[in-house]
Amino acid sequence: MSTQSKFEARTVTALVEDRPGVLARIAGLCRRRGLNIASLAVGRSENPGLSRLTFVLEGPPSVVDQCAAQLERLVNVIEAHDITNMNHIWRELALVKVKTTAETRVEVLELSRVFRANIIDIGANSVTLELTGGREKIDSLITLLDRFGIIEVMRTGRVAVLRGTLFEGEEDGQFQANRNWANGVPHEYHITPGVSGSV
Amino acid sequence: MGKTLTGGDIVCEALLNEGVDIVFGLPGGAILPLYGVLGRYPELRHVLVRHEQGAAHAADGYARASGKVGVAFATSGPGATNLITGLATAMMDSVPIVAITGQVGRAAIGTDAFQETDITGATLPVTKHNYLITRVEDVGATVHEAFHIARTGRPGPVLIDIPKDVMQEVGTYDYERDSQINLPGYRIPTAAPDEQIDAAVKLINEAERPVFLAGHGVIISRAFDELKELAEKAQIPVVTTLLGISGFPENHPLHVGFPGMHGEAYASLALDDSDLIIAAGSRFDDRIVGNVNEFATRSKKIHIDIDPAEIGKAVPVDAAVVGNLKHVLAQMIPKANRGSRPEWIRHVEQLKSDHPSLHIPETGNLSGQHVVRGLSNVTKGNAIICTGVGQHQMWAAQHYRFTEPNSWLCSGGLGTMGYEVPSAIGAQLALPESLVWSICGDGGFQMTMMELATAVENRLPVKYAILNNNHLGMITQWQELFYMGDTQADAYTANPDFVKLADAFGMKGMRVDDIDDVESAIEEANAHPGPVIVDFVIEKVEHVYPMIPAGGSIKDLMEDTRV
Repeated sequence: MSTQSKFEARTVTALVEDRPGVLARIAGLCRRRGLNIASLAVGRSENPGLSRLTFVLEGPPSVVDQCAAQLERLVNVIEAHDITNMNHIWRELALVKVKTTAETRVEVLELSRVFRANIIDIGANSVTLELTGGREKIDSLITLLDRFGIIEVMRTGRVAVLRGTLFEGEEDGQFQANRNWANGVPHEYHITPGVSGSV
Repeated sequence: MGKTLTGGDIVCEALLNEGVDIVFGLPGGAILPLYGVLGRYPELRHVLVRHEQGAAHAADGYARASGKVGVAFATSGPGATNLITGLATAMMDSVPIVAITGQVGRAAIGTDAFQETDITGATLPVTKHNYLITRVEDVGATVHEAFHIARTGRPGPVLIDIPKDVMQEVGTYDYERDSQINLPGYRIPTAAPDEQIDAAVKLINEAERPVFLAGHGVIISRAFDELKELAEKAQIPVVTTLLGISGFPENHPLHVGFPGMHGEAYASLALDDSDLIIAAGSRFDDRIVGNVNEFATRSKKIHIDIDPAEIGKAVPVDAAVVGNLKHVLAQMIPKANRGSRPEWIRHVEQLKSDHPSLHIPETGNLSGQHVVRGLSNVTKGNAIICTGVGQHQMWAAQHYRFTEPNSWLCSGGLGTMGYEVPSAIGAQLALPESLVWSICGDGGFQMTMMELATAVENRLPVKYAILNNNHLGMITQWQELFYMGDTQADAYTANPDFVKLADAFGMKGMRVDDIDDVESAIEEANAHPGPVIVDFVIEKVEHVYPMIPAGGSIKDLMEDTRV
């Protein structure tokens, strides 16, 4: 859609009460404010009775900028943070079932090795791969597998946490690139061979 | 130790513990177990409405007038859905209401049972929070939590849906236990952090042409004295928003009026000419801002709001202060410099004399403005005024000189026609000694006029002034101005005879069509001990001016050329 091009995406994490209807309240709020939920991952958190969510929300800049504050208005939302511009790590999990023949199977297995994907199922005519990483890495593997014939792709959506601080007494999630590093510069991005983008 | 009670009894006990004395409602099948025990609690006065929308609006009027939480009861299905307009009205204007609805029995939920509606689903967007109770053990705690949420922070409506069998079942109620609030995700801002206060006060002290944009937050937080003190100390003119009206005395020299679409031109111009707008409990509504890119481009903005989600929502701000306005203003007063801004004050006075916005047409015919001006004169600005939405509301906002704090009740955000009839009933019950005038349009009046029976039944001396032009006046105005004069469906050609209607309801009815009779009729109505309808037959077609069209800016200001 052409209007989509004006949209911006935000990665938002939230801690919410684990009880019926909470997700409906969050989804309803996103709908009312014109936000698209591009991906959503929910699971129980380290605290009993609380769940942690990661979503990627898309919408007009003026609206997505407000999304964490709007979410925090909900009584069942303990906290919500827009971590897009904070130092964070994110991962997605994808299961990719791809067609194989005797001739192509080796090539598929080789690709999976390079991408550090796990082979979790092999059938007579298919192989299923499990891949963890950033969106670009998963997109790249799917693109490369496309010519073999993809039967099914199942992706979890993004899960994210703030990077821990390297210094005592500081908050997690700060960028620390302009520090004087004692032991060299820690890698922000690991580059997978043949794949651009973050992992 | 707890008491062993039915769910219905627990509701009543919890309401009493919350200080509730009046409930507006209408019974039906699913809520009968609650009505069945109501008689055991004579301290809870039940006001039987004629339509559930009236219950919600009356609870809203009661809440606004008293500062307490308004309570409405309705049954499942249509009873509950009839509440929705009232809940949405309260949500938009941040009014604390607790609505309790009956629901079909637990076993029937989700089966499309008779009079079943997913009311918690339906009211998600128009409530601050809502509940479907599924265990009798949760009834007491849920009622207390609902009141806590409704009245604290930014107030708003909360709905509790209780299945019929939960109200019949027996459980325990223990006030000590059930009134413990455990809401880890719910924060109530009070005082603001010092660094926010300091940043805002710095802007105020540096400003040459500051102006307050005082909103409903002034009234909700009862910050009347603090606003006045800070405005006087720092010499800051005060523009009140539509819902901020009666938050600052209109006979005060620093009072400027209300801005925006139909506000006084000088108030809009004062905002535009300022170098600092201090939005105090106001949310920069689109009826004030219009085109965001052209709104007060030369001024910095301080936004004080209790709801962090409002900061930056409509207008980018230079300083944000999150807190309860009463606390925030009290924090600011000692830090603000004693102001002396004679040039700016003179400039604002000049705007007032250059743009005399409050025009009364001199055709010799009775107009809405004459009626409101007459009311203002006779009541000396001391009455409680309720309105719905439309021309009557704007004329009331423009021409009534409010001198009493919190004496103006109107549906501002949602713009609900018909709010004026039941809200006045709620306000009169909250303030039995006060004179309550409901200024109505003939359109809105006919949406909720069945509640006149409620007023009569409860011997409430509410005075209804119908500004009767046989038109949906504001619609006619918009069609004439923006739809090439193609007036469609804007006129009522067969309105009832409102004087006979008053008689039918057992009220006093009067008709006025002459300017000279306005004040004597109002005096006669005031002297009558019961409810009154005065049918003011006004000019058929008359526009409200000034006007800034929707999405426009101060450049698009239309003033009445006949001034």
